[in-house]
Amino acid sequence: MATASEDSAVAIAAPPASPTARHRPNIGLGLGIGTATLYLSLIVLIPLSAVVLRAFEDGWSGFWASITAPEAAAALKLTVLISILVAAINLVMGTLIAWVLVRDSFRGKAVVEMLIDLPFALPTIVAGLVLLSLYGPNSPLHVNLAYSRIGVLVALLFVTLPFVVRTVQPVLYELDPQMEEAAASLGAGKATTFRRIILPSLLPAMLSGTALAFARSISEFGSTVLISGNLPFQTQVAAVNIFGQIESDNITGAAAVSTVLLVVALAALLLLDALRKWGTHRG
Amino acid sequence: MARISLRVVALGYLLFLLVLPVGVIVFRTFENGVGAVIDALTTESALHAFQVTLYVAIPAVIANTIFGVGVAILLVRHRFRGRRLLDALVDLPLAVSPVVVGLALILVYGRFEPIGGWLADRGIDMIFSIPGMVMATIFVSLPLVVRAIAPVLEEIGVEQEQAAWTLGATSWQAFRRVTIPAIKWALAYGMVLSLARSLGEYGAVAVVSGRLVDQTQTMTLFVEERFQNFDQQAAYAAAFVLAVIAVISLLAINLLRPKEGSS
Repeated sequence: MATASEDSAVAIAAPPASPTARHRPNIGLGLGIGTATLYLSLIVLIPLSAVVLRAFEDGWSGFWASITAPEAAAALKLTVLISILVAAINLVMGTLIAWVLVRDSFRGKAVVEMLIDLPFALPTIVAGLVLLSLYGPNSPLHVNLAYSRIGVLVALLFVTLPFVVRTVQPVLYELDPQMEEAAASLGAGKATTFRRIILPSLLPAMLSGTALAFARSISEFGSTVLISGNLPFQTQVAAVNIFGQIESDNITGAAAVSTVLLVVALAALLLLDALRKWGTHRG
Repeated sequence: MARISLRVVALGYLLFLLVLPVGVIVFRTFENGVGAVIDALTTESALHAFQVTLYVAIPAVIANTIFGVGVAILLVRHRFRGRRLLDALVDLPLAVSPVVVGLALILVYGRFEPIGGWLADRGIDMIFSIPGMVMATIFVSLPLVVRAIAPVLEEIGVEQEQAAWTLGATSWQAFRRVTIPAIKWALAYGMVLSLARSLGEYGAVAVVSGRLVDQTQTMTLFVEERFQNFDQQAAYAAAFVLAVIAVISLLAINLLRPKEGSS
């Protein structure tokens, strides 16, 4: 919107210059769009299309056979179920942490604030190693989650921690406390105020953070490699299954499972886009 | 009371998920003293892994910076058909599993695929060598620079650039003297994000590198390989270095990030 009005302002302010000014950038614009498209095609689009094409190499039935192969099916099922759990825990804990960071004050808050982003900065393999050293066979806490589904869950919670916190925080900052005070003065209890006043404004942000966490969790690889121990039918998530299939040269099978992951992640992101629209529509 | 219990729950969760594990790695790394750490980090394999990591990360960050600035300008400053599509495509890599990134690149640039074969005939090996690893790293960090500078470009508007044109500056001069200084912090922020991601990438690089020890092994691959070979000291030492790099980037990111909630 803003740019459109600026464009017309230019046209009005400098009519004699506009023909050449319009002509020259257009060649540049075409060149720019062309280069960007070529670059994205070579690195992202053609390779991803190749995955989908390879998955359907033997038609729909071949694809179906690949993703219903016992090991692949078990990995996909585990990945989706555990990611739903990860998303749900993040929805609650992420919102709670964001709340504490915005509304509470305590010593060392600035440090905690910064620590939240650590899972994004830490390489995933290091995250896995870090968790294994605390919750592994030599655990100083005597909690051994190595090679268990709970271990995988903890690894996924680690890498997805920032999503909900970072989407909810800015919305909480913007929230007007007067609304809550008004509700309280009208006799609403804390629970009612939260449910009727705060939750409705936070919900779009909470859900879009959750969708991001879910998409990340579905596709996570590095942090689960060490802690899962890669046990088929037990702790093997989809990305680890794909890796195993590539290593054993079953490329078509790997491509089929990859295609399912791509579709699920894209569905989560489309949902996220819809949530953002819903959020801006309401806000 | 409620406030305190919320605080305890939140901080407790962070303590057990984040603080303690990262603390333990520092302890494990220095369990046998500083000398052992230095020895583990100065083996030929470790030094080679550092080197490979830089060979992969630096070109990837440069490519992402150039692409990022170009695409952000296209998306913010221009209206064209397919703009929304391009906008959506830029975020696509975030939805793709690192392993799938690796597989996708192998399927196009592998030696036995049409494009990869054509390149191999001309002496360019993409897969199981540095170029493919650079490509995989570019893929996973593709949106970071674009998304860091696009909002700033939007905010500064075009008045100053137009003023420069009116004064006779060429497009390049206006870009270099007006646009770049205005977006430099956001650009630095995007570049740090991109560098941190590039140094730390594991999954995509694990697939396209073939994990050849002393050849295509990066730091993250070194951590995994040493750990699997029961060389815990080397694994922890390298992981510690990567964690320190992560913390430094985090500090830089916090300095550079446009402040939230301040307006």
